[in-house]
Parts: sequence; structure tokens; C-alpha cells
Amino acid sequence: MVLFCRHQVLRIIPKNDIQLSLIKELEDMIHFELDFWRELSGVNTPVDVRVPFHSLQSVKIYLETQGIEYSVMIEDLQMMLDEEQKEMMSAAHAPKPRNTDSFDYANYHTISEIYSFQDMLVAENPNLVSKTVIGQSFEGRPLNVLKFSTGGTNRPAIWIDTGIHSREWVTQASGTWFAKKIVTDHRRDPSLTAILDNMDIFLETVTNPDGYSYTHSTNRLWRKTRKPNPGSRCVGVDPNRNWDAGFGGPGASNDPCSQIYRGPRAESESEVKSIVDFVKSHGNIKAFISIHSYSQLLLYPYGYTRTPVRDRPELDRLARKATTDLASLYGTRYTFGSIINTIYQASGGSIDWAYNQGIKFSYTFELRDTGRFGFMLPANQIIPTAQETWLALMTIMDYTLKNPY
Amino acid sequence: MFPLWLRLYLSRDKSRTLRPKSLRVWKPIPAQHRSFCSHFLHYFLSHCPQNEVFSEEEGAEDVMATGELNPNHYPAQRAAKVVQHYLTTRYGSPYRLFGLQRVHSGNAEDVGDSGRKYQLEIAVHEIISNTTQKCSAEVFFPHGQKQESPQVQASCEELLNISTKAQEEALYQQYKMNQTLISAQNLPDSHGHIEPDTKPLWHLGIVASSFIMLKESNENTLYNMAQVANITQLATENDQLKFDCHTLLHDMVSQEILHWKLLFTWSPAEGVKVLQMEQLPHCHHCEKPPNTN
Repeated sequence: MVLFCRHQVLRIIPKNDIQLSLIKELEDMIHFELDFWRELSGVNTPVDVRVPFHSLQSVKIYLETQGIEYSVMIEDLQMMLDEEQKEMMSAAHAPKPRNTDSFDYANYHTISEIYSFQDMLVAENPNLVSKTVIGQSFEGRPLNVLKFSTGGTNRPAIWIDTGIHSREWVTQASGTWFAKKIVTDHRRDPSLTAILDNMDIFLETVTNPDGYSYTHSTNRLWRKTRKPNPGSRCVGVDPNRNWDAGFGGPGASNDPCSQIYRGPRAESESEVKSIVDFVKSHGNIKAFISIHSYSQLLLYPYGYTRTPVRDRPELDRLARKATTDLASLYGTRYTFGSIINTIYQASGGSIDWAYNQGIKFSYTFELRDTGRFGFMLPANQIIPTAQETWLALMTIMDYTLKNPY
Repeated sequence: MFPLWLRLYLSRDKSRTLRPKSLRVWKPIPAQHRSFCSHFLHYFLSHCPQNEVFSEEEGAEDVMATGELNPNHYPAQRAAKVVQHYLTTRYGSPYRLFGLQRVHSGNAEDVGDSGRKYQLEIAVHEIISNTTQKCSAEVFFPHGQKQESPQVQASCEELLNISTKAQEEALYQQYKMNQTLISAQNLPDSHGHIEPDTKPLWHLGIVASSFIMLKESNENTLYNMAQVANITQLATENDQLKFDCHTLLHDMVSQEILHWKLLFTWSPAEGVKVLQMEQLPHCHHCEKPPNTN
């Protein structure tokens, strides 16, 4: 195990070219075992270097006699690392919520915390909630779907997915909140109770678990799946360009390095194929809602073509009502329209596929905000976002219930 | 003699070249004539809306839209976002930042082969004072071989009315008199959080980044800030404060995260001035843990 006892991190600021070259020479003094955290860049630009204890005195004398300005950024690196480690341990050992009532909905959670939440919710509400694993992600994580049902056999159902793009953290957080909201409001809210008397709700909260895990461990702004692409150094497929709707057409990329890479073929990603298989075998899904962030939009098909869907007027009217209801809570303004007119052409998208399967009420949400924080939405906006979005979802579900087809 | 609807139809702008059905531009229908619509649909270029003035139209943006634009569709929205970046570069400060609130109306026309000009009426939100005001703006996107910065003109009601002088001076003095050079990373952090004392740095990073976002914008981009990965104060000999900044920009259209490095100065008197900007190639296989980004 590597220890950095009494190592210091110095910040050196070369004031002119002579000092620049002196520092370059320092780099070449291998016996000092210097570790440059921030490389030499230019005059007046700081250089950060970790200096092992045995070299400290010599390096400082060297700098001082040459008149090179430096400051001590970290006095004892090992001490700092120990502190950090302690903090992380105490956070990890923070009391885990014992039930879904003590779960912190106003915060972002790791994938294991969300999976635990799902199991707790099922355990607490065995007559309403069950969990189905519809498949596995590329890296072998379970694709969990919560089913909310009061009985019946293969009732008409609503599908909701969040987190297909892993960096859109407010969506997984909202999905978690929705799950709790359903069990809380069942038998308390007449509209929801009526829906659940006749229909089932399927909710997949972490639709891209590999990506979500990656946003925690490595890159907060990761969007795609984590499947490597043969022959490319770039990883991942955009799961919302991988559906069999206009696949191969404009509105996606053929380049594995692109954030909108469609994949080698439609449904190549297990995260997508699992939903396709589930929806097809269920055969009675009546509304399909995919939730993304950000932009504050409510969108209906199509994304891959300018041809309007046959049900455009109805979908447009319903979208208008849903966004009005959403705005009623906090005044959050949403725009609505078809994908291709409102944001951009996008091929291989989930709701285009769903609509073409005959699922009339297919919608995509883009949640808060409009760019100020973007993907890094402050945690204190999770609950307000989920609350207002829920109103729109209720409008759509209620309409689906009352307008069977 | 002629009914009003027919007069409207006959007086329509015929100077526009006839467009095939798929390229119909939608038009707002004056409120008083909507009751005629169900009978005379084929004479008007758009279907009659129930409540709202603007209605969807099939294939209305098959090619880049010209003429009157739907303010909620992306062509007007992208042009309006450029105005936001422009205003931020001109008037932005640690205590003055702009967001696009809404597009009220938009119009686009080709300028020969040289590019396309957009005229917009928008509502701009000043984030820190939480005030909104109307602006009229013109955005010209040049159509060259390579990316050229759009040209923007904007006039707003009372853009500089909110006085931020005192706060800016106080911040400036605080940084000037500080013994150590300030720096911060990951603004905001993964949870959207920003420490209060690093907020001004975040805002400075946003203003400086707006110069890049403005310069790189075209009709096929929509830029927003993703994160200020790192902002570091540098020493200066003059009265300007100087910063080195690594910023992450998000382009909604390609969904890419662009990394840029910036060197800029700021003072209350001079505002933000960018000295150097450089795009960093994104290394796909060398991710660093979030803490050291």
C-alpha cells in the first residue's frame, strides 16, 4: 500500500521564461521522485507538484535560491487522505433508511440504495407492489420493473421508464418518488384509485443501470450504455436511438464515439431489448411514457419523421392539458409538440417505437430545468420536479383510463 | 363587396415563392376570423386552433424554416438561445446572468447565399434579481464553409437597470486583497450543489463560457453550461483579476459534452474579457474519478 506520509503538494508559479526552464530542469531530476499534478503550462500559470518527504528540503532550497515563488497547498498528503477516508466511511455507514418513509427523497442515491428502496417498497406493500426482473444490463445488473396492481389478469397498463440516459439524475430520483407516491395515494386519492382499480402501472426506475453506476464512479456526464464497441476505443450505445423505429435514418449517428450512436442494429442493447420483449409479451400496454431531462418539454411522436402521427390532434390536446396541470403547482413552464418539430430529428427512439406498436398515448418528458443547471439539477429541486411531473402523469393516466381503445 | 376572409386571402403575401404542401408555413389566424375557419379551411394556410393562436402544421419545417416561425419550435428557440449568450457576454457579471424565458415570436429569412437572419421577440430572465424583460433581437447565422460566429443585435427594455455595482466592487476588493489565489472545482457538483463562497466563481465561469457558446453557435447547435470543472485565479500585475478555467459545455443537438480551456480577466469596470480560448480534445478512454475532474 502506498503511503504519502509528510509528502507535500506545492504550488509553483514561474514568473518568467528563466524560471520556466528552471522548473523544467526540476522535472528531470528523477531522484526527487516528483509527481506533477498540474503540468508546466506557461508563465504565471501555476504548477502543482507532489514532493516526497525525502526531497522536500532540497526542492524548497532549489526554489528559494532561484527566487521561484511557491506555496504549500497540502502540508501532509497522507493526513488529508486519512481525513477523506474517514469522511467517506462515515457517509457509507450513515444509517440506512429502515423503511420507505425514512428514505431521503430529496437527495440523489446510488444504484444499490435505489434497489434496496424497491425491495423495501415491495415488502411494505405486498398487495399492491411486486418486482419483476425483465432482463440484465450488459454488465449483468438486474433490470427491475415495479408493478403496481390491485389484481385482475393482464389488465390494460401504463408503462413509465426513467433514467434511460444515465446522467439525467433527476429522472431516476423522480421515479423513486413516483413509486412511493403511488402507494401513498392508493385508496386516498380517488383518481389514482380509479386508475388502479382498472389498470396496472409498470415503472422502471433505473433503465440504464450500467450507465448510472458509471455516473457515480467515473463520469457524471455519461449518457449511453456501457457496452464496448468492437474496433473502437469508444464505449456505449445511445439507448434512445436503439429502438426499431426509423432505425438507421437521420437523427442518430453511426459513430461509436458519438453520444447519439445508434448501435450496430436495432435492439442490440439488452436494456432496450428487455423492454421490447416485455411490452410485446404483455400485449396490453395502453400508455408508454419515457422520462428524460432537461428542457421542460412534453413530446409526442414522431422524432424520426416529419409525417405527423394520425392521433396528433388528440395527443396535442392531451399534452396541452398535461402541461397546464403541471404548471399549476409551481408555475413551471413546459412546451409541447412532436419531437421532430420541438427539439430535433431523432431516429430509433422509444416512444416512436411504442406508438408504432399501437400504443397511442406515447409521450416523452424532458424535466427541469432549461439549462441553468442542466443535468446537475440541485437536489432540493427533486421533490418539486417530481410533484409537478406527477400531475401531468396523472392527467395522462386518467385520460388513458377514460378513453379506452 | 368581398367577404373579409376573401380579402385577407387575396391580399396575402404573394412575393413568397410558392411552396409545395409539405413546406407550408403556419400562420396565426386573427381571433375574429376563427369562426369562418371550419368552412374556409382550404383558403388559410393552417388548421384552426381551438384556443391558442399558433397551431402545428404538417411538415412545416422540412427545410430550414423561413418566414414566420413557431416560437415553440427549435429554429426560433436555437436562435433565441444565441441571444442569451450574447447578452451574457455583453452584460454578464458575477451578479448578473441571463436565461431565456420564452420566445414570443420569430421570423427568419435567407440573406442571399450568405446566411440566414432571424428576428425575435423574446423574454429574458435575469437570474439573480429574478426579473424578466422583453427584448427584440436579430441574429444572423453566416453560412460559410466553416463555423463562423453568429452576429447578434439586441435591444431590451431596461437591461442594466438592476444595479450590481456595489456587489461587484465588494467582490473585486475581496479577491484583490486576498493573500491566496482562489480556486474551485466542479461547479456545480454532481448533486447540483455550489458552496456559497464559490458561487461568484461559478458565475464568472458562466459569463466567460458564454463567449465560447456564442462563437460556436449555429442553427444546428443549442449550447448550455454543463459544469465549470475548474476555475483558478492567477496573479496579475494590473488591476484586472485573472482566471484560468476549464469548462464543460453541453450541446443539446449532438448531446456532446465539449471541453474548453479559457483564460479571462474581470473587473467591475471592464467586465469579463477573454484572453485565450482553446477546445480540449475529449479523451474517450481516459476518464478520471469525479473528484479530480
